[in-house]
Amino acid sequence: MSTRISKAGRLLDRNKRLSFTFNGRNLFGFQGDTLASALLANDQVLVGRSFKYHRPRGFVSSGVDEPNALMSLGHGGNFEPNRSATTVELVDGIEAVSQNHLGSLDWDLGFINNFFAKIFPAGFYYKTFMKPRFAWKHLFEPIIRNAAGLGRAPSLPDEAAYDYFYAHVDILVIGAGMAGLLATYELAKSGLKVTLVEQKHYLGGYALSDDFEVDGVAVPKWLENIEKKLIDSDNVQIKKNFTAIGVHDHGYLIGCENLEVAEKMGRSSIRHRLWRLRTKQIVLATGAIERPLIFAGNDIPGVMLSSAALDFYKLYGVSPGDRTVVVTNNDSAYLTAINLYNAGLSVPVVIDVREESSGDLFESLRSMGIRIEYGKGIASVLGKKRVKAVELCSLTGEGSVQETIECDSVIMSGGWSSAVHLWSHCGGRLIWNDQLDTFLPDASKSPIDENGEDFIAVVGAASGSFWPSEVVQNVKQIVQKIQKKFKTSKVKSSSISIQEIKYGDSNSKYFTPEGASEKLKSKCFVDFQNDVKLSDLRLATQEGYESVEHLKRYTTLGMATDQGKLSNINGLKYLADFLGREINEVGTTTFRPPYTPISLGSIAGEARKGLFKPVRKTTLHLWHEANGASWEPVGDWRRPYAYLKKNETIEQAVSREVTNTRNALGILDASTLGKIIVSGPDAANFLDLMYTNMISTLQVGRCRYGLMCNENGFLFDDGVVVRLAEETFLCHTTTGGADRVYSWMEEWHQTEWWNKRVFIQNVTEQFTQITIAGPKSRLLLEELGGLDVSRVSLKPLDYLEGELAKIKARVFRISFSGELSFEIAVPSQFGLEFWEKCLETGSQFGISPYGTEALHVMRAEKGFIMIGDETDGTVIPQDLNLGWAVSKKKKDFIGKRAQERIFMNDPNRKTLVGLSLQNSSEKIPDGASVIIGGVDQANDNVIGHVTSTYFSPTLDKPIAMALLKDGKNLLGRSIEIPVDSEKILKAIVSEPKFYDAEGNRQND
Amino acid sequence: MLLIHCPFCKNRNETEFVYGGPVGANRPDPNLVSDEEWVDYLTMVPNPMGPVYERWWHARGCDQWFIICRDTVTHEILENPSEEP
Ligand SMILES: [Zn+2]
Repeated sequence: MSTRISKAGRLLDRNKRLSFTFNGRNLFGFQGDTLASALLANDQVLVGRSFKYHRPRGFVSSGVDEPNALMSLGHGGNFEPNRSATTVELVDGIEAVSQNHLGSLDWDLGFINNFFAKIFPAGFYYKTFMKPRFAWKHLFEPIIRNAAGLGRAPSLPDEAAYDYFYAHVDILVIGAGMAGLLATYELAKSGLKVTLVEQKHYLGGYALSDDFEVDGVAVPKWLENIEKKLIDSDNVQIKKNFTAIGVHDHGYLIGCENLEVAEKMGRSSIRHRLWRLRTKQIVLATGAIERPLIFAGNDIPGVMLSSAALDFYKLYGVSPGDRTVVVTNNDSAYLTAINLYNAGLSVPVVIDVREESSGDLFESLRSMGIRIEYGKGIASVLGKKRVKAVELCSLTGEGSVQETIECDSVIMSGGWSSAVHLWSHCGGRLIWNDQLDTFLPDASKSPIDENGEDFIAVVGAASGSFWPSEVVQNVKQIVQKIQKKFKTSKVKSSSISIQEIKYGDSNSKYFTPEGASEKLKSKCFVDFQNDVKLSDLRLATQEGYESVEHLKRYTTLGMATDQGKLSNINGLKYLADFLGREINEVGTTTFRPPYTPISLGSIAGEARKGLFKPVRKTTLHLWHEANGASWEPVGDWRRPYAYLKKNETIEQAVSREVTNTRNALGILDASTLGKIIVSGPDAANFLDLMYTNMISTLQVGRCRYGLMCNENGFLFDDGVVVRLAEETFLCHTTTGGADRVYSWMEEWHQTEWWNKRVFIQNVTEQFTQITIAGPKSRLLLEELGGLDVSRVSLKPLDYLEGELAKIKARVFRISFSGELSFEIAVPSQFGLEFWEKCLETGSQFGISPYGTEALHVMRAEKGFIMIGDETDGTVIPQDLNLGWAVSKKKKDFIGKRAQERIFMNDPNRKTLVGLSLQNSSEKIPDGASVIIGGVDQANDNVIGHVTSTYFSPTLDKPIAMALLKDGKNLLGRSIEIPVDSEKILKAIVSEPKFYDAEGNRQND
Repeated sequence: MLLIHCPFCKNRNETEFVYGGPVGANRPDPNLVSDEEWVDYLTMVPNPMGPVYERWWHARGCDQWFIICRDTVTHEILENPSEEP
């Protein structure tokens, strides 16, 4: 069994016992444990089920490469699925639950045995999407839906808090193994500012589990000394629990700091913190990741990497089992074997796929009398939920069993892959090194910064320097290079003497036995989490998926949450073998961020709830809120859709607001309309280019409705332009268009017509704009007092400035409702005061506020267009009968040339018409297709679509506007609007003017 | 996350800027071009691999447009605008 051993456990504080639960069972661990080591110490070897077949799975690794031990932690608002137990530091009270099983972990009803596994072959998803069609819906989809997904999604909002940090860093060292620590130390010595980050909760990396000596002391002690010195340096910052997630252009790095232990201890209010660092230099000291060997049954719980077993033993004092069989292609597993043996555990055999080995570790094994079998492999591991025995076989051949060796754990080593992920995130190339059996960064094709200089240096195992003495040399070179880049005075690097352990040569064999039968291959797992086996790779390559990118997607190899950290290279080796090519020719898939999964919470940071997308509020927002506003989002704003009275439906409210405005007096908050001041000697001239209309002829004190088109001729914004003074114009825009129009003008001014002397200012929020509309609106203004608003002094489209009700105001006589109407702009700070004065004074005239829907109904009754309803980015003003607003005299304006193109004058273009229903009071559906001549299959009869549709309380009937092909010639004709397969509405085409077509009311 | 040198604000993060596309042909006099020439002007935008002059707008900064030369393969910024506006 897997158990705690008293003599090891460097990271443990055995005086601090912690309790936690796994699947409801109470268990104990120590401070310093990970959830994984604590579970193993409690002999919990079975920790999860695989994704596709629900096979029993145990720990393979001790770190971020762990594919199997994904668990759900916590409950309620602190529930978090898919956490790798190897990366969770144990704290008191953790509630862990295993995932991906129906029923219990031990008796999973979703387990798919080998027989059914055949219906889920490589490319299963692709094949079942293809045929037969019915099988997808009725057979496969229900099964997959049931089986798919790892942990469950949380059912409550996350209670934890997350945030962002931004920082500038001179030198960032990633990874605090021997190389990272030494590099930090040497760089700091020359006075450089260094930040060292480490994904684990301790420093030292794999070196902390190693047995060699440096400067006469054991390596862990030596690492501890360096750490102490670094803590004392002013120019070094160390961050533990900090994972570099992605390296981006120009030295930008995203990192995630895991503060959950501090959070649980009450020392942090933040759970995860996302760091965004701009670095001048990155030093990658990310080490290497051990690869599994592939053999039948290599996924049975109890089979783990030799480095993981060594970590569990050395750092946490946990044994992988009582009897451990070792299988390897290199000497690093020997070190684990020796340590386990010295701990008093049994190592019945070391199975070595090499022909021989030599070196210190080999000598030690031999002197201990441990049996070594060279040139051998594992035919199969026996056991279901736990290793029971291994079957020894010859490496060559099909795997006939020579001997069955009982054991309860198997440790394996298939060599080491340099952790080069971060190097390639930003375009760094990789090159396969046959001798070292790994991809290495190609220093000649490194990521470059904005100045074209390399910004990533790689040291230690990540750069292929696997041996301690190599690391020292390698660090020395890199540090010198960086000193040169930063032009620091040269400081002699420390002289370090390594008492190195001599290793024998490794080889590159990755699966056993060499001639494995199909039956064995179907139990040889390459990707543990996604259940990709050698047989799947064989099938896929045979079916022609010979590109690594295709192979990956077809088989899902390396697409699990561990992103192929263990499986990619073995998969590539198989592909290269199958194709008879070199790995360099086969290539590798591109590593992309994130290096390890991070929480969605950390990505969201504080941008949640009200901060997710802050709402823009007018100065009258609170008044609306207190007075029954039913809100409508418009751009980033909220505008009152209608003001609801007691026991009133929205429809009733809209109808009341329209009727009251038409018959008496309405008041509207129009502050969200964009307001842009364009001033300067060339302002008029510049606006002539911006608008389709002639603006330069506008007289001071007058308003004009203007249209803006893009260079393709299409209408994108409209609004009233006012000439405030000879050289000053106020341009109104739509609510959603204010920022767009402002930047549009800026861009044209800066990049095309920079010689025009104009100044553009967005003053949207500086004014509260209020519309007073209705036959009694003039009476209200007169009552407010201060300005002469008589018919003679303030004619339609006139503008006045002065004081109204003792408040500084601009009054525009413009109407979007068709009624006598005034728009009044007052400085924002007086907005609420003015609004309330209007309501107070207006009460005698029956004033009532109206919302955006009443506004829209009234504009539709008048046939006024709305940007976004009647326009969709393909409509020119002429389509909307607005040709009168397009100047024929101007030599140039934006959109002019495009509108002159031949097809823009095609009579078949859709033009704007009105629709009135025959014999029905039903509302016409918005966006509905309009047909003529009945429904046909080919849709040949579709002549356009409905752009706006309302029930008109004024006319007591539904009205709509539509864009119809050759609309002008359809006036008076009957058209059809299919609502569904049964119902077709009939309507008559009319001019899009339903009410007071002559404009007598607004011109009163 | 490119580090972009605004002539007014110095080095700033890419997220403060809006990409304005490669510098295309000059806007022709609309009265002197054919329909086709006009459509070409609107749609034929250079898209080279390697160095390209492109427009950027410091939208969340000083609001100014400027031109840089960037290598679209390596992201090296080969030319920055001069500091004098
Ligand atoms: Zn700027």
